[in-house]
Amino acid sequence: MSGGDRTTGNRTGGAGKGRNPAEALLVATALRKAYGPTPALDGADLTLRAGEVVAVMGPSGSGKSTLLHCLAGLVRPDSGEVRYRDRELSAMSDAERSALRRTDFGFVFQFGQLVPELTCLENVAMPLRLSGTRRRAAEAAAAGWLERLEVGAIADRRPGEVSGGQGQRVAVARALVGGPRVVFADEPTGALDSLNGELVMRLLTEAAHDTGAAVVLVTHEPRVAAYSDREIVVRDGKSRDMERVS
Amino acid sequence: MSIGHTLLGLLESGPRHGYDLKRAFDERFGHDRPLAYGQVYSTMARLLKNGLVEVDGIEPGGGPERKRYAITEAGITDVERWLAEPEKPEPYLQTTLYAKVVLALLTGRSAVDLLDTQRAAHLRLMRELTRRKSTGDLADQLICDHALFHLEADLRWLELTAARLDQLAAAVTA
Amino acid sequence: MSTSQPPFAGFDAVRQSGPDSGNENRAPEPPASLAIWVRDLALGARFAAGGGREGWARTGLTAIGVGLGVALLLLAAAVPAMMTTRDDKSLARSTNSGGYLARPTDSTLLVADAGTTYHDKDITGVLVHPEGPKTEPPPGVGELPPAGHMLVSPALKRLLASSPLLRERIPYPIDGTIGQAGLLGPAELYFYAGSDKLTAYDANYQNGNADRLAGFGYQGPSEAMGPTFDLLLIIVVIVLLLPVAVFIGTAVRLGGERRDRRLAALRLVGADIRTTRRIAAGEALFGALLGLLLGVAFFLIGRQLAAHITLQGISAFPSDLTPQLALTVLVTLAVPVSAVAVSLLRLRGTVIEPLGVVRQVLGRRRRLWWRLLIPAVGLALLAPLFGTVNGTGDINTYQIATGTVLLLVGVTAVLPWVVESFVGRLRGGPVAWQLATRRLQLNSSASARMVSGVTVAVAGAIALQMLFAGVEGDFSAGTGADPARAQAIVGASASNGRQTQDHLRRIAATKGIQAAYGYASGGATQADASTRQDVSTDAYLPLVVGDCPTLRQLANLTSCAAGSVFLVPPDSGQGDERILKTYASPGARIDLNAPVGDTYTGKPELWTVPAHTPTVTGRISPSGSHEWGLFATPQALDAGLLNAPGSQIMVSLDPKQPDALEYLRNTAEEFGVAAYVRDVRTTKVKASYAQLRRGLFAGAVLTMALIGGSLLVTMLEQLRDRRRLLAVLVAFGTRRSALAWSVLWQTAIPVVLGLLLACVGGVGLGAALLAMVGRRFQADWSVVAAMSATGAGVVFAVTLLSLPPLWRLMRPDGLRTE
Repeated sequence: MSGGDRTTGNRTGGAGKGRNPAEALLVATALRKAYGPTPALDGADLTLRAGEVVAVMGPSGSGKSTLLHCLAGLVRPDSGEVRYRDRELSAMSDAERSALRRTDFGFVFQFGQLVPELTCLENVAMPLRLSGTRRRAAEAAAAGWLERLEVGAIADRRPGEVSGGQGQRVAVARALVGGPRVVFADEPTGALDSLNGELVMRLLTEAAHDTGAAVVLVTHEPRVAAYSDREIVVRDGKSRDMERVS
Repeated sequence: MSIGHTLLGLLESGPRHGYDLKRAFDERFGHDRPLAYGQVYSTMARLLKNGLVEVDGIEPGGGPERKRYAITEAGITDVERWLAEPEKPEPYLQTTLYAKVVLALLTGRSAVDLLDTQRAAHLRLMRELTRRKSTGDLADQLICDHALFHLEADLRWLELTAARLDQLAAAVTA
Repeated sequence: MSTSQPPFAGFDAVRQSGPDSGNENRAPEPPASLAIWVRDLALGARFAAGGGREGWARTGLTAIGVGLGVALLLLAAAVPAMMTTRDDKSLARSTNSGGYLARPTDSTLLVADAGTTYHDKDITGVLVHPEGPKTEPPPGVGELPPAGHMLVSPALKRLLASSPLLRERIPYPIDGTIGQAGLLGPAELYFYAGSDKLTAYDANYQNGNADRLAGFGYQGPSEAMGPTFDLLLIIVVIVLLLPVAVFIGTAVRLGGERRDRRLAALRLVGADIRTTRRIAAGEALFGALLGLLLGVAFFLIGRQLAAHITLQGISAFPSDLTPQLALTVLVTLAVPVSAVAVSLLRLRGTVIEPLGVVRQVLGRRRRLWWRLLIPAVGLALLAPLFGTVNGTGDINTYQIATGTVLLLVGVTAVLPWVVESFVGRLRGGPVAWQLATRRLQLNSSASARMVSGVTVAVAGAIALQMLFAGVEGDFSAGTGADPARAQAIVGASASNGRQTQDHLRRIAATKGIQAAYGYASGGATQADASTRQDVSTDAYLPLVVGDCPTLRQLANLTSCAAGSVFLVPPDSGQGDERILKTYASPGARIDLNAPVGDTYTGKPELWTVPAHTPTVTGRISPSGSHEWGLFATPQALDAGLLNAPGSQIMVSLDPKQPDALEYLRNTAEEFGVAAYVRDVRTTKVKASYAQLRRGLFAGAVLTMALIGGSLLVTMLEQLRDRRRLLAVLVAFGTRRSALAWSVLWQTAIPVVLGLLLACVGGVGLGAALLAMVGRRFQADWSVVAAMSATGAGVVFAVTLLSLPPLWRLMRPDGLRTE
């Protein structure tokens, strides 16, 4: 495993902030959410422990992205609760959830996530700057992360000028630069070819492991899910933890 | 594929003659090649020896085809265990998997659980292969990738079948 | 060769004939027939109209943009027509006499001015007395009202109904209203009242109180404003139109990306490049035509609204705001054509291939030299005209117009370069600033367009205001009056001194009057005037009769008592000092029966100047006049002996009584037809120049609002396009305030830059214009401040209006792709 603590935070691999790694970081219970007549989520559960990589699989339209949105506090479920480190997300104000997403969560999406007019370096530095870090320090940390994800050379290019694989790695760097506890990845390799996809997944899981971040990975591809420690299947809005099955 | 278990599964719904068994098997599972009579009888003899089946009745006249077989309690338990246990993920499993699914449907057991269990086993192996890829050399990676692709193919089939279960149940029990 | 062509016949034929002869065998592409044009244009129109909500949003925004521009153009085109109509109407009802008419006929009439002012609203009134049955009524009037009755304009009717104080002043019963043909605008306060107290003036404009007219209407030249006015008008029009053009250009470019994708898809299906151009033209045409309809609707609505707007007493009937037919046709044709042209021009820089659209990255180095050339040429055209636009000479309209257009357009050309170099240098700063500056850097041509619009509008306004301030002397005259000493003057004719005293007493008794000083004025002549044949060269000695307090207002007196007499020499330019010395020295005799015409009439009325009459210096009266001559108290000289004396009463009003002036006016009304009340002002401004200035300011504000609207539209479009990105930003925790600030900066930077450039450019252009009319350079900083404040207001308004959509879009719902 690649060692070295090259994050801006002070976490070491897997141990979290001195917490028991086996303790549940994110617990979702009986989530229900409907957009229109058919429910996207119909009683889904998920438990996430610190440092583990969980794959959320299921056919298209099964509600996996909705589950991710609910877990990250982006969307309020119609019923059910999501507890992050024993705090109920629905009870928090919008500002508090926003702050949580700044400091504790990181996001990687399939496409359209980098600000096209900023350079890659500035894109990666953004979460730190939003949290108040000064520009120089933020960009230094960002540069370090770009190197780590093997895209240091394109730091000064704009997202429109780099390839898809490079862009996704920049997005991963941005997700990790703030030292989050949970990284939410929604089909991160969906728009990439096999080789680039593998590269992104490898780098993502390695980096997450090094910094002790847990990953919620939404995907419909088994080979991408194979990078996880555990799998949850979502069908018709209901979830099933595969670990319990056998 | 395990002929013995399949025939056992077919017997679970009721006692049959050897001849009936073969016909049933061919109908459902014998698409490429029909089962040989000899194989049927030798399998049944083995099952009899192991106590998983018993002879229910004998038609007049001699010969193994005249025997009527019925499943025993031990046999039912055996079928149960076989269905609940996943197969070792490897290529060309589809006939076995298919048999299992059909039998589960026929015997009123949950085919979804079966599929999910198999799926979990496949994924576990895929995880292992993925871990091996990150530490191995290029040759290792190529071999692992090959296996991964095949496992993925199986997984996709499992998903698709799971989606088609209602249709399949209707066709099978008709 | 088979009779039916196999599918690749052409292809094979080319192949067979070998590579070298391929080109000749290919038939030249025939120019597309009308049917094909129609088909492609119709297809384009269908795309513009279909496409669900997104397509309608784009078409709608384009249409609104074009509509606003068209409405503005039509309104601008209507203004000259409206002013002409006003002029015509004003002439048609004019009561200026063409010359003295000695005898009444059956179609002459007597008119006198009965106008007044109420609370700063000017009311025009005409007393009429037809002298025969065939008198033509003025326009808008069916029949002249009988004596003691009146016809009023609808606005005046309303005012009278709500103001009892005014009704006291104009008490005649109302017989009917004046029609639209006789009124300049719906807010005009006008009345015709019949009167039997009118007497015609005689040939010397004396002994009467009314003019005799042959009829209403004046055939002479209208109030000529001169070439300076024309210059102002041209520039106002140009300044208003350029930003409108910029705006229309912006509107047509909306939704570019989606359209590119659509065109690429068409190419994939088999359309060739010319077809895609025609289709793009069709889309633009649809939006532009829709915009044209909207624009006409906006114009008609705007017209109706104009009826309710009164700019300092001037209003317009909607039907008077009709642009000339030629201009209307021009606008109707020009707008769709330019919309199509702009969208086709935009396609020039791109290559639409079936697999996507490739925007040719224009050579990033923007060249400066040709951009500086245009304004330089404009300036070169204007420079030789410096100092030539004045007096009544003809101005070379085309040269001026071309020069000014080139100068202003040149500014628009230089700006993108300036904006790009400026914006390109912006670095660092907080996140919101960074987002805004990077966005501007990426898309600097769009922001440069915005800046150009702001700059031209504001620069033009500043330059014009400077020009107005410079030529103000032409159009306004200082009256020299001193409102501190008296705020109103009441003038009337008085047949004798006692009447003056009576007026004075009544005024002093009016509510709200603090002090009143009244004097009678008349004239005397030399003692031997009665013996001379031709008295036109005789001396005329002004006489002032008033009590001591009044005389003190008119001259610097040391001591004054009943019976005092003073001699006041005139200021240079007011009169001839030798008259006093020669004819009115102490002890001399003067004849109070001063002739009013060329011949002496009546008996001499001799009067002796007392022996010890002191000579004192005069003072400027509160009304700004320099009275001179013989000043006497009533005890020394009876004003009743004067010929046709006039009375002047200077009134000081009680500042605590708000309607004091109105009470005074009501009192003065009783003094007879020729009485008037004038409030004391320090300047009076020629009417149409003031109108133009008001129009300019309103136009500039409107144009800024237009630019603001265009900024808003672009911002909203941008927000809509970046919906997904905004959702992602929200996902990883960007504060809403950070995004709101980035919207503010993104709007503010172009506008502030534009305003800075506009101030520089505007002052420069103003200097050039002033040089052209030969006036001193003088910058009007209050206008600069006002325009800058308007600009800031636009920025804030755009930002504030962008916030609600921004808030709505900043929901993580934008992340959903399923």
